[in-house]
Amino acid sequence: MSQFRWPGGAGAVMPAAALGDLLALLWREGFQPVGPTVQDGYLGLDVLHTPADLPQGWTTEADAGWFRLQRSDRAAFFGFNLGQESWKKFLFPPRLPVVTAARQDGLISFAAPARPPTAYALIGVRACELAALAVLDRTLRQGAFRDPDYEARRQAALVVAVNCTESDAACFCASLGTGPAVRGGYDLALTELTGADGHFFLIQAGSAQGERLMAALPVQPVREEQWQQAQAGIAAAARRQTRSLATADLPGLLYERPEHPHWEEVAARCLSCGSCALVCPTCFCFCLEDETDLENKTATRWRLWDVCHNLDHSYIHGGWLRPSRKARYRQWLTHKLAAWLDQFGCLGCTGCGRCLVWCPVAIDLTAELPALRETAPKE
Amino acid sequence: MGKRLTLAVWKFASCDGCQLSLLDLEDHLLALAEKVEIAYFLEASSAVAPGPYDLSLVEGSITTPEDARRIKQVRRLSKKVVAIGACATAGGIQGLRNFADVTEYIPIVYAHPEYIKTLDQSTPIAQHIQVDMELPGCPINKYQLLEAMKALLQGRRPRPRAESVCTACKRLGHICVLVADGVPCLGPVTQTGCGALCPAYHRGCYGCFGPKEQPNTASLAAQFRRLGVAEADIVRLFRTFNAAAEAFRLESLAHEKND
Repeated sequence: MSQFRWPGGAGAVMPAAALGDLLALLWREGFQPVGPTVQDGYLGLDVLHTPADLPQGWTTEADAGWFRLQRSDRAAFFGFNLGQESWKKFLFPPRLPVVTAARQDGLISFAAPARPPTAYALIGVRACELAALAVLDRTLRQGAFRDPDYEARRQAALVVAVNCTESDAACFCASLGTGPAVRGGYDLALTELTGADGHFFLIQAGSAQGERLMAALPVQPVREEQWQQAQAGIAAAARRQTRSLATADLPGLLYERPEHPHWEEVAARCLSCGSCALVCPTCFCFCLEDETDLENKTATRWRLWDVCHNLDHSYIHGGWLRPSRKARYRQWLTHKLAAWLDQFGCLGCTGCGRCLVWCPVAIDLTAELPALRETAPKE
Repeated sequence: MGKRLTLAVWKFASCDGCQLSLLDLEDHLLALAEKVEIAYFLEASSAVAPGPYDLSLVEGSITTPEDARRIKQVRRLSKKVVAIGACATAGGIQGLRNFADVTEYIPIVYAHPEYIKTLDQSTPIAQHIQVDMELPGCPINKYQLLEAMKALLQGRRPRPRAESVCTACKRLGHICVLVADGVPCLGPVTQTGCGALCPAYHRGCYGCFGPKEQPNTASLAAQFRRLGVAEADIVRLFRTFNAAAEAFRLESLAHEKND
């Protein structure tokens, strides 16, 4: 059999070593490949010069409030799930100058900072993260208020997705229908195959640019058993998921229960540290900060990641809209799982599980939402 | 050159580290000197200009009856008073005395206890006089100090933000040591300002900048216990440079009881 139809395009197979060819090709084309990498024993997202920068032979375990990066006996480049950092780091940077002002001869002039458009090639984007990019697109690119910086970065970016053949205990994309198989929104999609007959990537183009890149790679037709192995791996990843999120009764459920006693119970545990929102691939809140020089002649306005868990995030003239931890956690969850639907036509959650993994006290929305669903105990 | 802002730097019970942050602003000192006249700063110069002063930076906590009188004098001489560092804002490491009985240990420590005139508590400056601004930290962040002076010179609000250390870690891409290593870290209950220095080196936060707004120390301590941290170690975690800050003080007392 020569070629298989994958959902969305024709597939092929390339030897694992061709990953080096792909990265080299991307560099030559002017992209900066970025993706998962291990530095000082920690999994993060950073520049990838060669496949040696990828976490080959590493795996991860994750659960609520718990994450471990471990050595694995597999040769896989993508034999792990998600780390703390998401792609918003590159597309919606944590700290960005938005305007500068200069005072000269009694006049004040304003300028937008020069933005060298780094064309990132995002390597290893999982299905839940593709879904998260689609959510960010709706928020920052397709809504009433458009973010020109995000737009430029997103426009320039190339996406190399990876199908998940593993799930960890924090994953719940299957229940939201966002994964583990990628379904569009990529230029290239890879499925890694390791086994007795070698180490391969099934590769599939999802755009004209992807097709063009694929044509320059040493690809072969897919064999039946390779296709089967890939499908079986993705299906197993879905089956292994133990967490889930039922969403049929949203947004109503949360709108109807602002005073459910469970909010107090969560507030007793919540640290309002903001970690959940900061690691969330779709949370986009920011604050502005002005910096002046000592002469008061130049000023820069910075945009910083901010979170609704910060007291000051809701500060307006005269006070705080959400003065308690309870009000702030409620705001976060109600926005993610209810108001988001009204505001952007989709959930703010894609089932990546980062919020529950990186919560220092293991607050788990897949447990909190069912608890809120339970009727308040009668007095 | 217009009229310069006159600056005084005062020391109370402290290690001098915070006032040295001012001299550490090496790249900015010349520009700063054009705007600010250092009128009283014994750590830098024995030349002293008489008050009143536009701005007083106050380092250290109040631990003696004499200091309790002197700080009132500083207030009278100063248009603005900024308390700098964990000692001046929370009582400092010497706030450990607040958990003990001074009359008990003075005879053990000093050969002539009769010469020692000390208070039984180490208290922050704001407990004695009205303070216009507080910069936390052990030591303070010199850039926050510069920002405070710039804001005052330019007649605008300074911009230290009330945020957890977690916020700084996530913006900087530091992977969470609490979640990824199981290391007890005070970051989730600690005010940012240090730039997440310890987590950058894969160490848990020591809480140098003191409690953040509405810190949930009890929930974090419960997580430490689940990680296997002993009660006595939880007491020590909360009882360092900001031991006497209310949220940390209460949390350490709660675990001392359990120990």
